[in-house]
Amino acid sequence: MKRFVGFVRKEFYHIFRDRRSLFILFGMPIAQILLFGFAITNEINNVDIAILDQANDVTSKEIINKIASSKHFSIVDIIQQESSIESIFKKGKVKAVLQFENNFGSNLIKEKQATVQILTDATDPNMANTINNYITSILKNYQQELNNTVSVDYQIVPQSRMVYNAELKSVYMFVPGVMTVILMLVSAMMTSISITREKEQGTMEILLVSPLKPFQVIVGKVFPYIFLSVINAVVIVLLSIFIFNVPVKGSLFLLGFESILFIITSLALGILISTISATQQTAMMISLMGLMLPTILLSGFIFPISSMPMPLQVISNIIPAKWFIIIVKGIMLKGVGIGFILKETLILFAMTLVFMGISVKKYKIRLE
Amino acid sequence: MKIILYIIRKEFKQIFRNKGMLPIIFILPVLQLVILSNAATYEIKNISFGYVDADNSSISRGLIERFEASTYFNVTEKFSSQKEASSAMQEGRVDVYLSIPTHFERDLQKNKRNDIGVFIDAIDGSAAGVINVYATQIIQNYNKHIATDLIQVSDSVQQLSSIDSIPLFWYNETLNYKTFMVPGILVLLVTMITLFLSGMNIVREKEIGTLEQINVTPIKKHQFIIGKLFPFWVLGMGLLTIGLILAKVIFNVPMLGNLLLLYGYTSVYILVILGMGLFISNFTDTQQQAMFIAWFFIVIFILMSGLFTPIESMPKWAQILTEFNPIKYFVEIIRMVMLKGSGFTDIFPLAIKTLAYAIVMNGLAVWSYKKTS
Amino acid sequence: MMKAQNVIEVENLSKLFGDFAAVNQICFHVKAGEIFGFLGANGAGKTTAMKMLIGISSPSSGKATVAGFDVYKQTESIKKNIGYMSQKFALYDDLTVKENITFFGGIYGLSKKKIDQKRCELVEELGLQEVTNSLVASLPLGWKQKLAFSVSLLHEPKIVFLDEPTGGVDPITRRQFWELIYKAAHNGTTIFVTTHYMDEAEYCDRVSIMVNGKIEALDTPKKLKEQYKTDTMNDVFLKLARG
Repeated sequence: MKRFVGFVRKEFYHIFRDRRSLFILFGMPIAQILLFGFAITNEINNVDIAILDQANDVTSKEIINKIASSKHFSIVDIIQQESSIESIFKKGKVKAVLQFENNFGSNLIKEKQATVQILTDATDPNMANTINNYITSILKNYQQELNNTVSVDYQIVPQSRMVYNAELKSVYMFVPGVMTVILMLVSAMMTSISITREKEQGTMEILLVSPLKPFQVIVGKVFPYIFLSVINAVVIVLLSIFIFNVPVKGSLFLLGFESILFIITSLALGILISTISATQQTAMMISLMGLMLPTILLSGFIFPISSMPMPLQVISNIIPAKWFIIIVKGIMLKGVGIGFILKETLILFAMTLVFMGISVKKYKIRLE
Repeated sequence: MKIILYIIRKEFKQIFRNKGMLPIIFILPVLQLVILSNAATYEIKNISFGYVDADNSSISRGLIERFEASTYFNVTEKFSSQKEASSAMQEGRVDVYLSIPTHFERDLQKNKRNDIGVFIDAIDGSAAGVINVYATQIIQNYNKHIATDLIQVSDSVQQLSSIDSIPLFWYNETLNYKTFMVPGILVLLVTMITLFLSGMNIVREKEIGTLEQINVTPIKKHQFIIGKLFPFWVLGMGLLTIGLILAKVIFNVPMLGNLLLLYGYTSVYILVILGMGLFISNFTDTQQQAMFIAWFFIVIFILMSGLFTPIESMPKWAQILTEFNPIKYFVEIIRMVMLKGSGFTDIFPLAIKTLAYAIVMNGLAVWSYKKTS
Repeated sequence: MMKAQNVIEVENLSKLFGDFAAVNQICFHVKAGEIFGFLGANGAGKTTAMKMLIGISSPSSGKATVAGFDVYKQTESIKKNIGYMSQKFALYDDLTVKENITFFGGIYGLSKKKIDQKRCELVEELGLQEVTNSLVASLPLGWKQKLAFSVSLLHEPKIVFLDEPTGGVDPITRRQFWELIYKAAHNGTTIFVTTHYMDEAEYCDRVSIMVNGKIEALDTPKKLKEQYKTDTMNDVFLKLARG
């Protein structure tokens, strides 16, 4: 036991003496949370659009004013002909052009119907859709005002209640995601590098023939990173709470427990990676190239999993991050207890065992 | 110049002899491009929908049928109480539920209007917004339906004005997300590989001691650096080529613009990335440190590139920061050229900034590489 | 015999790291064609001093010239005229013997013809015919050392610097290595070698012993043994180290 403690102490020294890595290890999560909290958002603001007003009458100008005063849009160009549309799209100057037909105003008054074409640069389909939705609702609101004087029969009025996130703040979505991505990448990468470095330097063999059991060697190597990652998790949660006002409706204790579980799962993954890497370089590349994009894209961090094609939904099940994001969102934003996230917790637990199991088997094979 | 060739030859030999790394350099990006491009979509589909119907009238049932018929919503559950529905949402079983109160039809006929509760899981704020729009549209359409079919049509309905908006989606009529994401993801992959490899490469030589040996030779700084970075430049261009072919063949991403223009731009872009890798490796002693720093920047660059969230929506200070994000330029340009057919003059402002970035970055990197310390 | 000139001249050379003087005002010179042993315990400052002479570390103060060139301002010219074998042997493990030779020959600007010629000579001399196309990683340590040494001589430099070249091999292999050194010296190459094996000091023409950054002894092995009244260089060193 004393040998083990001594071994763990050595690992701690290694880590804390490497100032640069330490700086990144702790600085990175802080920088990312701050950035993403303040800068990343799915809402659209100040999108550049252009107007092609072929009517040029009172009505069209009224509507244009409404759009101009919306915080979502910024009118940067007024064009006179249809032929100009192509070139401003190609130059990337605007994301949409609103085209009011000739006699817009008179059509609306006399025939009770007029048309606005919303031309969007759909190379970004999401933006195009969103612009379309917003403009349409501004138009509908204007239409509603016109119609207010006329009584409308029988209306079912939807009262929308945004549950868990009344102000639709993007940061609620991103904080669990960033926390997950950072914990996963740091833990997996650090562990795999640490173990393969010993392999590369040849000191792994020495450790394995020492009185320490292989199991103790691995645990000893990994232990300091649990400690580090927990600190990271705590910092992230604190920043989210105090700077971004993200609530923690559920139990902090449960959050802590689940975080430690996830960290261990990630570390186990790191160990697994180290068994298939001969060099540090390989371990690093697998951890980064292999884990980064899948973790960001398939975990539900940014893109909803239910919208992905079936095969990808299936694949997302083997990404530990997916389950942890559900857990974190549940505890922090919904306030659930262990009962609601039991399934996810057990899955993480099982994954950890599987990763460890495969790693142990591979080590045994090597030793023979 | 011949000296540079010697270094280039050595580098290529080392890269291709590294059996463990080859699949990571070539197969992993390809796999990720093919698989992950399918993941990236903001379309909201398969919305799990539940409801509480305390009225059970023909109007309430009719409304529910509308939701059942919609392709966006999967009507999964009927709840007997609000409490049950709320609990199901906590478990994540439903994304949205409707709450129809008792005497709904009766009150509607009496007062001509009635409220209905739409409860949306808003953790994903933007998805919630979209769900709200869809749900509202279904309800509003149902309103028209009640007004015209079920209940006596009053003349006043005919006097309603309507402004019709016609959406026209340029360059991507089907709003195909892949068309949007594939070039973007390709940019990420090319960037990651070239940055990581170039950053680690020189540090590795530091770690094993061969860099010292090189520094004792009369080789000039620029010869060494060019020789070292050139193979990764080739790799980057190669990956781009493979990626473009896959984009066309598997995803049918259009290639409206000039391929040569794209290659020309990419060749300058890769220089920026290589310069960064070199710069990082000049200030680190171990591969681990180099990777960490590279990783730090890459994650920030990726998430602030405009690939996943729009740059226009960021606060002013963040938008200024993105000026220093090389990925932002490449993502913008590859989309402009491939999907819109933009030409040289169109991309000129972005391209010139990239060129300046390349010159400054590489200048810094070369200057900070010291053969004598 | 012609008067031998100094190929290395060092005057009050120092290297400071903060307050710590790793190399503290050392003075010595090395004559052309000499085998000069630069001895001292681990951490005495030998490698730091050597790094200044080969032009990869800038001195804090003092003067030095190598092959007639100044170590402050003319490092690139120094590098053209010297060879170097680092402590880590610094050959590429993932390249073959042949590829390593070709690479380093090319880096020094040798013509293809010259490289081919030198390669044949080297392979012949070291008996590496069987392994020219094997990766250096697969060679036993002693062969790697000899190869590294020979590679450092490819461009026929005036002086060659060897930093602990014989670490980790058996005495017979060390002996063979020194035969290579003798041969090079015989051909007129000046050898500047650092080592912490005191018995190797016997093989040198003159030696200096560094203790804590300073040179505490500088003379032929014979004279040093007389001076300190010992039979071996090892004992000379022990006496010096104890102070």
